[in-house]
Amino acid sequence: MTIPFMSLNIEQIRKDFPILARETQPGTRVVYLDSTATSQKPLAVIEAMNDFYRRSNANIHRGVHTLAEESTAMYEGAREKIAKFINAVSSRQVIYTRNTTESINLVAYSWARANLKAGDLVVLTEMEHHSNLVPWHMLQAERGIELEFIPVTGDGLLDLDVYRALLTRGPKLVSFTHMSNVLGTINPAAEIIRLAHEAGALTLVDGAQSVPHLPVDVQALDADFLAFSAHKMCGPTGIGALYGKADLLEAMPPFLGGGDMIREVKLRSFRPNSLPHKFEAGTPAIAEAVGFGAAVDYLSQLGMDAVAAHEHAITEYALERLEEIPGVKVFGPSADKKGGVAAFTLEGVHPHDVAQILDQDGIAVRAGHHCAQPLHEKFNIPATSRASFYIYNTKDEVDLLVNGIYKVKEMFG
Amino acid sequence: MDDLYREVIIEHYKNPSYRGHLDPHDISFADNNPLCGDHIQVDLRVDNNGIVTDARFDGHGCAISQASADLLMETIIGKPVEEVKQLNKQDVLDMLGIDLGPVRLKCALLSLKVLKAGVYGLGEASDSLVE
Ligand SMILES: Cc1ncc(COP(=O)(O)O)c(C=O)c1O
Repeated sequence: MTIPFMSLNIEQIRKDFPILARETQPGTRVVYLDSTATSQKPLAVIEAMNDFYRRSNANIHRGVHTLAEESTAMYEGAREKIAKFINAVSSRQVIYTRNTTESINLVAYSWARANLKAGDLVVLTEMEHHSNLVPWHMLQAERGIELEFIPVTGDGLLDLDVYRALLTRGPKLVSFTHMSNVLGTINPAAEIIRLAHEAGALTLVDGAQSVPHLPVDVQALDADFLAFSAHKMCGPTGIGALYGKADLLEAMPPFLGGGDMIREVKLRSFRPNSLPHKFEAGTPAIAEAVGFGAAVDYLSQLGMDAVAAHEHAITEYALERLEEIPGVKVFGPSADKKGGVAAFTLEGVHPHDVAQILDQDGIAVRAGHHCAQPLHEKFNIPATSRASFYIYNTKDEVDLLVNGIYKVKEMFG
Repeated sequence: MDDLYREVIIEHYKNPSYRGHLDPHDISFADNNPLCGDHIQVDLRVDNNGIVTDARFDGHGCAISQASADLLMETIIGKPVEEVKQLNKQDVLDMLGIDLGPVRLKCALLSLKVLKAGVYGLGEASDSLVE
């Protein structure tokens, strides 16, 4: 087999992330295994935002002075980069939002309220993050739409037979996560979308976990909507994106009203602006957009194939090591079907205690239901501990995690 | 770490003295910590003089939440209900002998919250009970 990409130089990458030198416990460098919640930020992103405020800050659009032109160009330039990163045909199809949650809500408020009526079916899955559940619960309460869920099998995969059966009921929308933030499952998005389209349904892909970790190509997937957050992909908090097919976005009513989203305002009426500005009311997160662009540059330069391959190698190793520990149970599918997430339980010890004791050795994992309560209920557990991996994590860190878990076992022994 | 997980906490977690139910009981109340799914139920017997004569807890959760429930039961048996009503956050921290950050504090205070909602006869356990 030929190697289609350069493998990552992790030592070099770690130097790009100043926080990784932080000693959260005296004499112990932080072992950051919580990138699924939010990733760390490379210097390139921190400096891009810093430079923006030091050199170029001004409000965007409508300004003619140099700073306003510069900031507008940077804000729109970042959009171009993001569009290219997901292979959108045009940057007009990339709408800035605050995060994945807001992107999904934008579809639920604008597209769904214009297109769904009582009795219309929306198909979700049992492995959704609360952000792809609650907006639909709210719409159900308001509109009387119906919700059905593609079940998750015992080994953490979507049951596509049940999905096919649900499609015969003519859903209007299938909204699903590309990659589970708990099980790590990478869902067969292209197939799910193809089947939905054959049944006449549109699709919304929650890309919060996939866009940071895998090559995602909206044209190859044929996704109608894709939602993602900058902060999980080396970028700042406070900004995310919604990609949509142009004809859908064109036809959708505006979501929030105000400045920037209008073409013309009369005292008693307005005409909305064209895409993407129609959905961007008010002064946006400009420095954050610049940081988002820098994050995309950073990841593009590493290459998403290389990113995915590195995470795969770490995950494979982590699963192997974790499963060796008596009393540890890892949830989700085998390494070949999942991204860099290992949610686990340790017999006799609550996940909070696991996380807290690991923290004393500088190991940062998350404990709880990870905003996926229904999924935890499905597996009959109140909570899990979750270690997650990104470009800067090493096998040595996996070893530290494993040693830490043995220490927990000893304390509770 | 050995500070946070003092032996007394691990000991009360692994071998609680007051885990269980009282049937009959005079007061019973249960609640969850929605953040982590910890659950605590408390049953009390109270005599005619308003003294807590027996107390039990049941539930599941982290070592801090379960150990503090056990320690709390131990503390209140033999005490007047009026005194139980006065227990606060600091009393629980003193029992545990540790300092806690905001997240774990919720775990530690769950049993006190449940206990106070019970003795006050409230419909719902609110955080303001343990501030
Ligand atoms: C799968 C998935 N969807 C949605 C979200 C929500 O992302 P955000 O909080 O950035 O809106 C997350 C983040 O935790 C996630 O993992």
